[in-house]
Amino acid sequence: MLATNFRRIITAALTNFWRNGLVSLATVSVMVLALFMAGSLILFQVLLSSTLDEVRDKIDVTVYFQLDAQEPDILHVKSQLEQLGEVEGVEYVSREEALRLFRERHEGNNLISSALDELGENPLGASLRIQAKDPSHYESIDAFLENGNFTGVDRVNFQQNELVFQRLTSILSAARMGGIGVSVALGAIAFLVVFNTIRLAIYTSREEIGVMRLVGASNWFVRGPFLIEGVFHGLVASLATVFIFWPITLWLGPRAQSFFGGQNLFNYYAENFFIFFLQLLAVGVVLGVLSSFIATRRYLKV
Amino acid sequence: MIYFDNVSKKYNEGSVALEEVSFTIEPKEFVSIVGQSGAGKSTLIKLLLAEERPSSGKIFFESQDIHQLSKREIPVVRRKIGTIFQDFRLLPTKTAYENIAFALEAAGRDDAEIAADVPHVLDLVGLSDRADYFPHELSGGQKQRVAIARALVNRPEVLIADEATGNLDPINTWEIVRLFGKINELGTTVVLATHNKDIIDTIGKRVVTLENGKVVRDEKRGKYVL
Repeated sequence: MLATNFRRIITAALTNFWRNGLVSLATVSVMVLALFMAGSLILFQVLLSSTLDEVRDKIDVTVYFQLDAQEPDILHVKSQLEQLGEVEGVEYVSREEALRLFRERHEGNNLISSALDELGENPLGASLRIQAKDPSHYESIDAFLENGNFTGVDRVNFQQNELVFQRLTSILSAARMGGIGVSVALGAIAFLVVFNTIRLAIYTSREEIGVMRLVGASNWFVRGPFLIEGVFHGLVASLATVFIFWPITLWLGPRAQSFFGGQNLFNYYAENFFIFFLQLLAVGVVLGVLSSFIATRRYLKV
Repeated sequence: MIYFDNVSKKYNEGSVALEEVSFTIEPKEFVSIVGQSGAGKSTLIKLLLAEERPSSGKIFFESQDIHQLSKREIPVVRRKIGTIFQDFRLLPTKTAYENIAFALEAAGRDDAEIAADVPHVLDLVGLSDRADYFPHELSGGQKQRVAIARALVNRPEVLIADEATGNLDPINTWEIVRLFGKINELGTTVVLATHNKDIIDTIGKRVVTLENGKVVRDEKRGKYVL
């Protein structure tokens, strides 16, 4: 009985979807637009956050130690830093390591290497490179180092970059907030457009709904096909949308990467194809079913 | 079988559609409800189908007060009442066959029953060759016969026709009235709301006359008198 009803509801939904071809096409098209917007926002967030991560990786605070600083003192500072909640990681660069890196960077420059050889001793001090969890934390890490009175510390390079840091931090958080704001606004608009399209489609069926009720159909038997149609709209629209993104990311990916840095969008799209599709599908199906549910409720009161 | 107990219906203050209407319809009766436009015929039928609620009074169908029923129980009662309207009210996206089958599907009949019963009623109303036509491909008389077939297919205890011939030409009108007579002879109660004088005078069965929302006459072998 239940299985029979379910089969009948699905058959009715398929038949309606097919026979109201133009209405279905219009609804699916509008939903493709909405899902395209949703997909763009997902990709924008991916691009933004991978750019943020990259920029963040490049920001650090380096503590330089005096040439005669003792290794235990340095390691003491390191362990103190690692206990801070704001610190993501601390990298210790010893004097020998610093020299090696310096030589590597200036490989082929005979003047520098011969000058170093002439000097005979290592002119570079040890240092600690500190990565914070968030750019806004650098200030407090800097303050911690200032107030700590650690022995052997030569200088902290944060002060020199402080202005740049603060600017970058505020720009990044503004971009993120703006991104979220735009997402919410566009999402709301897209939802309303799709909702109204589906409501109009069902509005044209309002008399049919009344007739079905008068012929003795239960509410769910009348409503079922409309809800399943909503699922079909979501399914077809998300399939169409996910394939529209293929050429777009293929074209845009390398260009966006060279402009913003961060990840190549096409790689993201290709690697997360299935999850991306599921995200769009979920948005589409929820939108379709919810709109149909709300729209049919009005006409089922007979 | 159907009992109106002191029923009144006001749509809003000062506009009274029905006023203290009481009458009984026995099983297998053929009752015509007559009156001018606005006399309350359609309201009476809407109340009987639980499309509208009465302002006061009760309506019983098989000793059940139909306005005490829950939203779930109403469809069950409606399946026992076949209804035909002036404007046919077929489902435009379904063929004649599917329109009739829908009433059975809604009632939860199995596929074998549907496959057997639909051709049967299509044959009864003389539309076997139009099964796969959509409503917009049928004439007015054919549409109304599809609607009758849909009303009959659940083997209802009552058939209600609200101005069922209002949109039809005389020949189609008579064919349909004859069909009602046949249905009644087969044991179904028929309630016919109309303002067509010729039909009433020819049928020669019980006539309930409504005027300004009140029952003014109720005669066993009535004529259309206003």
